Amino acid sequence: MDAAVAEKPARFETVMTPAEPAIMKERKPKIVTEGVTVHYGDKQAIYPLDIKIPDRAVSAFIGPSGCGKSTFLRCINRMNDTIPTARVGGRITIDGEDIYDPALDVVQLRARVGMVFQKPNPFPKSIFDNIAYGPRIHGFARNRTDLEEIVVNSLKRAGLFEEVKDRLESPGTGLSGGQQQRLCIARAIAVNPDVILMDEPCSALDPIATARIEELIDELRENYCIVIVTHSMQQAARVSQLTAFFHLGTLVEVGDTEAMFTNPQERRTQDYIMGRFG
Amino acid sequence: MADITADPARTRARAWNSDEARARTRKRYAAERRFRMYGIAALCFATAFLVILFTTIIGTGWTAFLQSKFLLNVTFAEDVIAPDGKRDEQTLRLANWDKIARTALYQVIGANEADRKERKDANELLSRGIDVQLRDMVLASPDLIGQTKPVWLLAQGNVDALLKGAIDRDIPEDRRQLNNRQLAWVDAAVDKGILAKKFNTGLFTFGASSQPETAGLLVAIVGSFFMMLTVALLAVPIGVAAAIYLEEFAPKNRWTDLIEVNINNLAAVPSIVFGLLGLAVFISFMGLPRSASLVGGLVLTLMTLPTVIIASRAALTAVPPSIREGALGVGASKMQAVFHHVLPLALPGIMTGTILGLVQALGETAPLLMIGLVAFVVDVPSTPLEPATALPVQIYMWASSAERGFVERTAGATIVLLGFLFIMNALAVFLRRRFERRW
Amino acid sequence: MSTGLLTLFCAAAFVLVWWLARSRARSIEQANRGQRLHSRPVYHGVYVALLTVIPALLVVVAWAIAEPFYLSKIMSAALPPDVAARPAGEQSLVLLVINSLADGWSRLTAADIAQVREAGPDVQRMLAAKDIFLPSAPEGWMVDIARDVSQAKSVSRLLATGVTVLAAVGGFFYGWRKVATGLRARNLVERMMLLGLMSASAVAIFTTIGIVFSVLFESIHFFSMVPVTDFLFGTVWDPRFSAAGSDSSGQFGVLPLLWGTLYISFFALLVAVPVGLMSAIYMSEYANERVRTVAKPMLEILAGIPTIVYGLFALIAFGPFLRDFGGSLGLDISANSVLTAGIVMGVMIIPFISSLSDDIISAVPQSLRDGSYGLGATQSETIKQVVLPAALPGIVGAVLLAASRAIGETMIVVMAAGIAANLTANPFEQVTTMTVKIVSQLTGDLEFNSPQTLVAFALGLTLFVITLGLNVFALHIVRTYREQYD
Repeated sequence: MDAAVAEKPARFETVMTPAEPAIMKERKPKIVTEGVTVHYGDKQAIYPLDIKIPDRAVSAFIGPSGCGKSTFLRCINRMNDTIPTARVGGRITIDGEDIYDPALDVVQLRARVGMVFQKPNPFPKSIFDNIAYGPRIHGFARNRTDLEEIVVNSLKRAGLFEEVKDRLESPGTGLSGGQQQRLCIARAIAVNPDVILMDEPCSALDPIATARIEELIDELRENYCIVIVTHSMQQAARVSQLTAFFHLGTLVEVGDTEAMFTNPQERRTQDYIMGRFG
Repeated sequence: MADITADPARTRARAWNSDEARARTRKRYAAERRFRMYGIAALCFATAFLVILFTTIIGTGWTAFLQSKFLLNVTFAEDVIAPDGKRDEQTLRLANWDKIARTALYQVIGANEADRKERKDANELLSRGIDVQLRDMVLASPDLIGQTKPVWLLAQGNVDALLKGAIDRDIPEDRRQLNNRQLAWVDAAVDKGILAKKFNTGLFTFGASSQPETAGLLVAIVGSFFMMLTVALLAVPIGVAAAIYLEEFAPKNRWTDLIEVNINNLAAVPSIVFGLLGLAVFISFMGLPRSASLVGGLVLTLMTLPTVIIASRAALTAVPPSIREGALGVGASKMQAVFHHVLPLALPGIMTGTILGLVQALGETAPLLMIGLVAFVVDVPSTPLEPATALPVQIYMWASSAERGFVERTAGATIVLLGFLFIMNALAVFLRRRFERRW
Repeated sequence: MSTGLLTLFCAAAFVLVWWLARSRARSIEQANRGQRLHSRPVYHGVYVALLTVIPALLVVVAWAIAEPFYLSKIMSAALPPDVAARPAGEQSLVLLVINSLADGWSRLTAADIAQVREAGPDVQRMLAAKDIFLPSAPEGWMVDIARDVSQAKSVSRLLATGVTVLAAVGGFFYGWRKVATGLRARNLVERMMLLGLMSASAVAIFTTIGIVFSVLFESIHFFSMVPVTDFLFGTVWDPRFSAAGSDSSGQFGVLPLLWGTLYISFFALLVAVPVGLMSAIYMSEYANERVRTVAKPMLEILAGIPTIVYGLFALIAFGPFLRDFGGSLGLDISANSVLTAGIVMGVMIIPFISSLSDDIISAVPQSLRDGSYGLGATQSETIKQVVLPAALPGIVGAVLLAASRAIGETMIVVMAAGIAANLTANPFEQVTTMTVKIVSQLTGDLEFNSPQTLVAFALGLTLFVITLGLNVFALHIVRTYREQYD
């Protein structure tokens, strides 16, 4: 988790990219933030941050460790609420709805904004129960048949069904790392979110499992707004359409992935992409 | 790819604002609040119990720290104490002390000495322990003989109970512990200020007694002290040595695994089983005396040992390996590294754990019952081999006494025990705060 | 010689030898100028001192263990045939009398001895005046044996002193001659220290062995009088304290006691598990810093209160309260009911369960909670459906440990539970427990070899086996659980 905080206040102003990324013209913006800040106790982790994230596309957040990209990701489904000292300022809207509105129900929000974590974290339950958990608590299924349908569909969409169809009742913790992560993605899909947040979903996996997940992300792009935090610039280049570069708690640059990797506007982005720091 | 619109989740998820979904959310939040309330209720239950327990014990026991005493002008008449003029110890021991106290009492309450019945009633107002009190005064300073001196003398248990409101004046005379005449005397004496509740020093200076007013805790306190001393002298070195071995030197093998499992299990063996061990090994087999605080101390040592070992190991583990490496790096042997560097750093933690072990030992009762510490011991033991009892055992013995006066004393003794435990715990907390080191 | 004096003497000898050997090591170093000692002189001193004291101490200990066996052998051999034929219980009494006489032999004059031999009426009182306390009057023939024993004892003591001194001197000279520049005294001393540390850790093993053997030995003794099956499957507990020698020794069925123990423990757990678990959950998942700083010490105080205090509270307040409360509802609740003991014991166990569960719940990785929150679960849903199932093995372990504690708990039940061994399912009535009976069979005047007292050891064995089983199982579960998340 990028909870570590920039030691010094930002020495640079947040620079808005001059031109609107091309992807924003094709897709409507799903998530829009205005002046979002995050404090952990006395320390500021995010300096006022504005970004628009497109629907039905993959957006990647890149940047060195501790740059605040994970912290910002956790703002989008209000996971920072679970950290007692964290304070979030500014405004984040999803489909125009302010998610920090006191009248908004966090529980519903999190069902609409699913999350996949760095380390696969299947519950110590059967594969079936892992996926059925979300639909059950939200009451999506009227009966067992409904539930089974949801589970099977989710597994299919996560590309895991063929591998586990004979052992749905065996524990989810018994799967391999890559399978576990796909199980977690299936679990997130099962509550049918609009947005799926992925916090370095492949950092604990081997290259083959990583490739499998990247493929999956690419498929899911058609139906969901996906935001992925990644350490790997190659991964960002492979899966995302929009890339945002974070540094020391500020958003340095946002742009179409292709443009960003071939022709970064900012010096710092360039340095990072060239591997001069990180 | 599956057909997405046919998915029941999708259709239902779209309807977040339907009445059904809203009702469901409300229900879920209600369940959340209920669950939270259960947690608060659980904590409140525990707190309430604690508060009730303490108020009961203190409410019942605080009066034990006061004892009713008569202020009498006692004339140490030579013709009563030493009629033949001899003042050797034998004479003084056998003197009729009751008589001089009673004479003083008859005077102040105006009892008719000639009437046998009245004399008996009056005698019943004074404790049976006053002879010892007066005798010890004169033995300490024989010059008192021939003088008249005001002395606070213990009143009888029933008088004390009356003053503390434990005797109902309204019940018929024939069923009351004090008759009407005695009641009148007591009231008059209280009005005159010669009968009053004073601080009960006897609670801390007397040994066992069948009369509540002369029963005290001294034997128990001394016994408990000897036991704590034994535990501290044995359990601490053995426990710390064992912890050092297991933590610093022991190879990882079956044998040390066995010791480890064994220590954890010993910590959970019922204390009464240690009592059986003490009875069979220390008393039957080794022939140590029953009722001796040494045996109690040995049993408590074995019982406390696992606690001390576990606490000491935790303290040793908390010392970072860099300290050991540093010492080894300058050429110290492993033993030197441990004794010169690791042990001093772990000492505060070890001390805290040890005190907690002692606290556990001080409150322990069951094993002591097995090895005969439930004895009626009047004389204060001067060595750990003499018969003694322990504070919690004294509470147990008093609790099973039928006499009313023992009820408040039982609770009073409990307050004393809790007081000692509180002091020891406070010491442990102080040590932890003062010396705690975070790496 | 008293133990205190002996210890002092040993210490003095140790310091003296240490000083001598250290000086010797120094002078050797000085003499061989340029050649440093392998170990510092201090270690040479300690080495020689240990070599002097330890063999001597070993001899003393060995002698102290062996001597009684030797003496009792002399005694048994000298017993008249009719006494030797008596049952073991009576024989041990006779041996005790002879032993006490032998112990005080030196304080007796010839006239006293003659008086004892004649077995006059006041012999016991006369002997008591000389600090010889006998459980029963001595018989004339015992005098000769006592004299032999006392002589054998003084010879043995003399021999012991001689051998001890020899061992000390031998050890000293052996060490003394070894002091040299090349002597690796530090390594040797450290090896001895390691041995010391090892034996300290073995004390725990010996304690367990001691428990097992003492309880087992006396239980076997008991089972030679009462068949095991009668004990294990008997439904009546009625160990009449009959006169010694009468053949009706009562019935020793453990089942009513076992039932009482388990029934009270069940109620204790019924109180402790929900309250303890909910407290732990609230403290670890919900409570803010302020609540925690109040609640944690509160639970620690609850844990630190001695069980006797809980027992007293049940006896003077809670039992009468429940009885009166039941009376006001028209229920006939005994002041010593299962409920009284169970509830108070339950409160005693609350902190035990809550602190163990707190550890266990905290060990559940945050990532699992995050995963659940990320799906839109509320906090209680997360706890109930993710955290608790994940922590379940650990919590089961904690509950089993608590059960073992409840089963072995003594003082609360001694004071608050009944003494009548009922086989009843009515929680308002009295039952009694194994621990209560262990206490009641072993306190007061007891004759050690009767089944009435020995049954306490059989009960102790049963208790030990049950709690040991629970503990081993529970500790294993908890350990495996911890390793899973490490």
